[in-house]
Amino acid sequence: MASSETSDHSGGMPQLEFDTWAAQIFWTALALFLLYKVLSNKILPKIAGALEDRHNAIADDLDQASELKRKAEDAENAYNQALADAKANANAIVEATKADIAEKAAAENANAEAEIAARTVEGEQRIGEIKAAAADSARTVASDAASAIVAKLAPGSADNSTIASAVERALAQTGMAR
Amino acid sequence: MTLAKAESAEGGFNIDPMHQFEIKNWVPIDLGFVDLSFTNSAFFAFLAVGLTCLFLWTAMSGSSLVPSRMQSMAEGLYEFVRNMVRDACGDAGLKYFPYIFTVFLFILACNLLGMIPYSFTVTSHFAVTVFLALSVFITVTVIGFMKHGTHFFALFWPMDAPAAMRPVLAIIEVISYFVRPVSHSIRLGANMMAGHAVLKVFGGFVAALGVFGIIPIAAIVGVTALELLVAVIQAYVFTILTCVYLNDALNMH
Repeated sequence: MASSETSDHSGGMPQLEFDTWAAQIFWTALALFLLYKVLSNKILPKIAGALEDRHNAIADDLDQASELKRKAEDAENAYNQALADAKANANAIVEATKADIAEKAAAENANAEAEIAARTVEGEQRIGEIKAAAADSARTVASDAASAIVAKLAPGSADNSTIASAVERALAQTGMAR
Repeated sequence: MTLAKAESAEGGFNIDPMHQFEIKNWVPIDLGFVDLSFTNSAFFAFLAVGLTCLFLWTAMSGSSLVPSRMQSMAEGLYEFVRNMVRDACGDAGLKYFPYIFTVFLFILACNLLGMIPYSFTVTSHFAVTVFLALSVFITVTVIGFMKHGTHFFALFWPMDAPAAMRPVLAIIEVISYFVRPVSHSIRLGANMMAGHAVLKVFGGFVAALGVFGIIPIAAIVGVTALELLVAVIQAYVFTILTCVYLNDALNMH
C-alpha cells in the first residue's frame, strides 16, 4: 500500500516500494501534462510575443535611426551645396563688378584724353591766330613806319606797293613772312 | 517528526534519514488492479506546477517593452532553455522546445520546493525520474526511427572505426544507448535523495550533540547552500542531456 503511517520499513528506501510507483507516475504524468498545456497554450506564446515585440521595436528604432542619419547627411550635403553655390555666386559678382569698374575707368580715360586733345588743338589754333594777328600788326606797323620814313626822307620816290614788297622781303629775312 | 522519533529511540542518535521520503496516502483511490491514491508526492507535483504557472503568469501579465524584474526572470528562463535546445539540436530541435521547457521547469520547481523544510521532494523518487527519463528515451527513439527509418540503426554502427572493431563497438554502443535512461534517471533521483538525507543526518547530530550542535548547524547551512545549487544544476543537467539525446535522434552524429 502507498500509505505507510507505520514505520514498518524504517531504514529501507521508500523509493524502492514499487507499489507506490503507479500512483506517483500517474499523478506526475498528469501534473506534467497540465504544465505542458498551460505553457504551450498560454504562457509560451506570451513570452514569445513579448520577445518578438521587443525585437521588432529595437529593429524599428534602428531603422528610424538610420533613416534620420540619412536625412542629416542629405541636409549636410544640401548645406555644402548651397555654400558652394553662394561662393561661386559671390565670385561671379566680384568679377563682374571688377570688369564693370575697369570698363568705366577706361571710358573716363578716353574721354579725358579726347578733351585734352581738343583743348590742345584749340589752344594751338588760338596761338596761331594770335601769332598771325601779331605778324599782321607788325607788318602794318612796319609798312606805316616805312611809308612815313620814305615820305619824310624821299617823298614820292616810292609808292605803297613797292614799300609793301620791301617790307615783305625784310620780314621774310627775319622769319616772320606770311 | 524525525527528531522526535530519533529521541524516542535509543540515545537520540538513531535517526531515520529516509523517513522524509515516505509516500503518504492522502486520498486513497484504489481501482482494484492499480492503486492511484492521491499522495503527498502528487500534491507537491501539482503545487510545483501551480507555482510555476502562477509565477510565469504573474511575470508576463503586465508584459511591457521594458521588462519588469519578474518579466526579465521569466524571459530569461525561456531564452536560457531555448538557446540550450538550439545550441544542442539546431533549429530542428525547437519544435520540441515546449516539452523540454516543461520538463526543465517541472524538475526545477520540484527540486526547489523540496528545499523547504517539511516539504516533499517529488524528484527524489525514482518512480518520477524513471518516468521522466523513460518518456524522453522512448520519445527520442521514436523520433529517430520516424526521421531516419532503419537508417537510425547506423547510430550503433561506428563507421569511422576499423572494420574488425565495429561489431564489438556496436555492442558497446547498444548497451550505452539503453543505459541512458538509467543514468538519466538515477543521476537526478540520487542527487536529490542524497542531499536531503545528508541534511537530515546532520539535523540528527544537532539534536544529539546538545550545545555542540552549533557545529552541525554550520554544516547544515553550507550543505543547504550546496543543495540549492544542486537543485538548479540537476534540473539543468537533466534538460541538457535530453537535448543531447534528442540531437542524436534528429541529426545522428
